[in-house]
Amino acid sequence: MTDAPKRTPLYDLHVELGGKMVDFAGWEMPVQYPMGIMGEHKQCREKAALFDVSHMGQVILRGENVGEKLESLCPQAYATLKEGKARYGFFTNAEGGIMDDLIVSNAGDHYFVVVNAALRHQDIPHMRDNLDGVEVTEIFDRALVAVQGPAAENVVGELCPAARDLKFMETTVADINGTSCRISRLGYTGEDGYEISIPEDKAVEVSRAFLAHEDCEPAGLGARDSLRLEAGLCLYGNDIDQSTSPIEASLSWAIQKRRKEEGGFPGAARIQKELAEGAAKKLVGIKPEGRAPARQGIEIQSTEGNTIGAITSGGFGPTVGGPVAMGYVAAGHGAPGEKVNLIIRGKAQPAEIVSLPFVTQNYKR
Amino acid sequence: MATYYSEEHEWVTVDGDTATIGITQHAADQLGDIVFVEQKEAGDDFEKGDEIGVIESVKAASEIYAPVDGEVIEANEVLADNPGALNESPEGDAWIYKIKLSDASQLDDLMDLDGYKALIG
Repeated sequence: MTDAPKRTPLYDLHVELGGKMVDFAGWEMPVQYPMGIMGEHKQCREKAALFDVSHMGQVILRGENVGEKLESLCPQAYATLKEGKARYGFFTNAEGGIMDDLIVSNAGDHYFVVVNAALRHQDIPHMRDNLDGVEVTEIFDRALVAVQGPAAENVVGELCPAARDLKFMETTVADINGTSCRISRLGYTGEDGYEISIPEDKAVEVSRAFLAHEDCEPAGLGARDSLRLEAGLCLYGNDIDQSTSPIEASLSWAIQKRRKEEGGFPGAARIQKELAEGAAKKLVGIKPEGRAPARQGIEIQSTEGNTIGAITSGGFGPTVGGPVAMGYVAAGHGAPGEKVNLIIRGKAQPAEIVSLPFVTQNYKR
Repeated sequence: MATYYSEEHEWVTVDGDTATIGITQHAADQLGDIVFVEQKEAGDDFEKGDEIGVIESVKAASEIYAPVDGEVIEANEVLADNPGALNESPEGDAWIYKIKLSDASQLDDLMDLDGYKALIG
């Protein structure tokens, strides 16, 4: 990337709060604050943490039958997504690989879509080219802030009572400090919480109002990654990409029954075949027995010494109190409890396949 | 006893023909929360520049390079059970190795505290 990294509306606030800024997907983002990744991670699990996720792409879709048209690009049942509801999904390619993962919300008179920062340049043209009669508008004048953790309901609810009434994967528009914001009860940490789309000129003011709560502290991308890993949530580019199918990625739960049966989305042939016959590999949780973190790219071997896969995300799980990882293993492997070896710096380190997530998801259903 | 510093952010405190080595507070601060330390064992010998261990933080893995030639006399066992000690007192209790020096003249290539402070700014 040759362009200078972009800055979100919260850049100056990050610097003021002591954020350590790094280039992430072309954006200058805080990887951590003075509290440190470990502390910020625990803050989110125990109280509440505020993350700037304004680098993600916010898109508005307007037109007739937008949900139905989205079904031509995604294997999700977006035609039947009710107003005020949000649903996780992905764009698939013709070979059944995942082009990007996303959240689609039915906002009544429009649909609101959030895509990954690094894939905005792909996803926006993809929707413009393929959603006939749909006006695709990328939003550049709104920040996106996540408030996550068991105290998030109080942190957000004290400023915006309507937020308390939302359940997991519900969305609404309400005033916060006199500013109209889109508030969605979802996130990427495994905890209860919200993602809040705020007009850019009010983003600092609203964020400061959240941070004024004694239970809310800022957290950076480092904690965001360890939180999502413990929660067993995929990271695009690590755990899923253009070659991996949703079935391989253990994401069949995100494809609704009607779509599984009817198909009619890119790559349906492969995905339906894998649903019926099983995939060549699958994404599983892996718990190293020792203390050494197993990072992306580490080879996974069977106890007989055969290569059966590789780690796609791995690190230290502060809440687990030890290393945690996810990776793909070949068909015939991957039952919880199976012993494997991870080849870390040339040495075989014992590990066990485990069910995901590593920590119990704490959603408000 | 004199203490020397390397460009790889290690300190070496010399006592006769033995030395204690570790990483500087500056290095520990840069690494962030340390969660795992891989060490060599007593009796292992190494040359200056060899990888003699790995420090893993929540962010990434970083190699420890030998600042001088030598042989491990003792690896600090505290780090196996409490790697976070490296964040707390990297220039104190959380030393990494006690070593036997092979060539004391190599110490001349290292920096003193003033030189190291100039390096890290």
